[in-house]
Amino acid sequence: MTPLLEVQDLVKTFGSGEAETRVLRGLNLAMSTGELAALLGPSGSGKSTLLTILGTLMHPTSGSHTMLDVDLTTASDRSLTEFRNRHIGFVFQFHNLLPDFTALENVVFPTAVREGRETATARRRGEELLVRMGLAERIHFPTANLSGGQKQRVAVARALMNRPELVLADEPTGNLDRASAQQVMDLIAEINRDEGTTFLISTHDEKIAALCRRQIVVGDGLVTG
Amino acid sequence: MLYALKIATRYLTASKAQTALLVFGVAIGVFIFIFMSALIGGLAEFIMARTAGDMAHITIQAEAVDPALLLPHEGRTVLLVQEATSQATAVLKDTPALVPLIEAIPGVIGISPQINGSGFLTRGAQVMQVSINGLEPGKESVIANLASYITEGTANLGAGGVLLGKTLVDDMDLALGQTVRLQSSSGVDELLTITGVYEMGSGGPDRRQAYVSLATARTLFKLPQGVTRVEIKLADLYAADTIAPRIKALTGLDAKSWTEQAAQLLEALRAQAQTGYILKSFALLTIIIGVASALLLSTYRRRPEIGIMRAMGAGRWFVMVVFVSQGALIGLMGGLFGAAAGYGVLLAFPGRTSFAPGQSGLPIDITQGAYGLAIILTTLGAILASILPARAAARLDPVTAIGQ
Repeated sequence: MTPLLEVQDLVKTFGSGEAETRVLRGLNLAMSTGELAALLGPSGSGKSTLLTILGTLMHPTSGSHTMLDVDLTTASDRSLTEFRNRHIGFVFQFHNLLPDFTALENVVFPTAVREGRETATARRRGEELLVRMGLAERIHFPTANLSGGQKQRVAVARALMNRPELVLADEPTGNLDRASAQQVMDLIAEINRDEGTTFLISTHDEKIAALCRRQIVVGDGLVTG
Repeated sequence: MLYALKIATRYLTASKAQTALLVFGVAIGVFIFIFMSALIGGLAEFIMARTAGDMAHITIQAEAVDPALLLPHEGRTVLLVQEATSQATAVLKDTPALVPLIEAIPGVIGISPQINGSGFLTRGAQVMQVSINGLEPGKESVIANLASYITEGTANLGAGGVLLGKTLVDDMDLALGQTVRLQSSSGVDELLTITGVYEMGSGGPDRRQAYVSLATARTLFKLPQGVTRVEIKLADLYAADTIAPRIKALTGLDAKSWTEQAAQLLEALRAQAQTGYILKSFALLTIIIGVASALLLSTYRRRPEIGIMRAMGAGRWFVMVVFVSQGALIGLMGGLFGAAAGYGVLLAFPGRTSFAPGQSGLPIDITQGAYGLAIILTTLGAILASILPARAAARLDPVTAIGQ
């Protein structure tokens, strides 16, 4: 498999002096294209911090971070924003959709923000994704009128909009009932299989983790398994 | 840019009540700005119309001849005593030839050759000192609009007629149609009939002025030819400073602009205009503070959404444009509504036509509302006001913002 990303000796500290907290302590991780991986570990182990750094939303204190052969360790905010837009998708625990926009408008946002307008092509792609997520009847619904499971499926569609190589999902099913959680996971697995998109899913749920082909366990700021 | 504008518009329409309140607040500020402009500008026009409106805009006065010493004074000290003489002693002789020349100058709308001097008005045992103005019949209202001030009789000056102010008539217990004796400072007296009574509303002219025909004034001041003064009215009184030198160059006479004699009035008007600028600046400042605080609140409320947008690949510049666009839209809408409301309310006032002497009305001029300026300044002010909240939004850490 083609290497997708690699982090080496990743360190992240918060605060300074006596209040300094070292969340990541020299973490190493490599992922390849097409992986479906679960990120496991207890609360405070550094899972969320790792996802945030991999998502280019935060710089590490030290260590290196490369993805698609691009060194992201010290890249500028502008470069990271552009890189994130093109190559990384996010699914958050609480869907985090834009509440004043419809499902379709939320989905096309990553493309529209890059192109400066909502093109017909982008809208077609957005509609296709929503249909694939089983939301054909909800395309023009304001997101406030959708159920929790529907919102999370919109969030998955939005994450896939720019055909990213990597989708980072932070507890994507943590706020859903069992049936909705299963539905979301089935969609993720389907997209991973059909399109080769790499997924890294942070979860506490062992059943969800069992659906992934790789389990990455983080403990005390290091990959332990 | 277009997409940022769409997001901004959606944010504004999503919170309709808040946006409406904000636009209303801005509109009130713009309304005040426009009303102040119309009031301050109108007041200036009103003052000008009521003062300079009845004044000659350019005056050509005969220059008094310097006294000539007839005795040699080498080795002696000469005590020169010049008795106060009537103005009629200084005469402009060539006016019949000059009047057509002056009338041909663009901007000149009226010209009034006059013979002015002083005298006494007598009725029985009562005697009052008066200024005598000899005007050409038919030109009584060229400078001061005498016809509009007439309360009894007529403004037309015929032979043997005199127009007197109401205060003078009341003080001397006179009445229209009565005969009075007018004696000039040249010692000539005439029996004249009161053919009109006017009331200008100011003490001086109403108490001390007597208007007679130019022919009567010639007799009173023993001036068979020439006049003592030529008064000129212009279409635009502010053009006096440029037209007066042209008249001087054309005629060789000392033509003086009204501004030379009304420096204090101009100074007062300038001070009034500056007061207006200060008041309008306060209105604009209120708009800026209002928009800035509302957008800061909006920024705070939308922190998680800003975080999401940043996570989805929106740059800091995009976020800034979204919030600055909101400010611009609020400013533009508030400006348009405020300007429309201002114009609507100002329509209720009679406007410039009521500024003319003799008319009544509030000094508010609808044409001086500065509507375009108000809209432009408000939009610019609102953009300025939105920069601080927009910068705050753009600088938000997406991780922190999403977590909220």
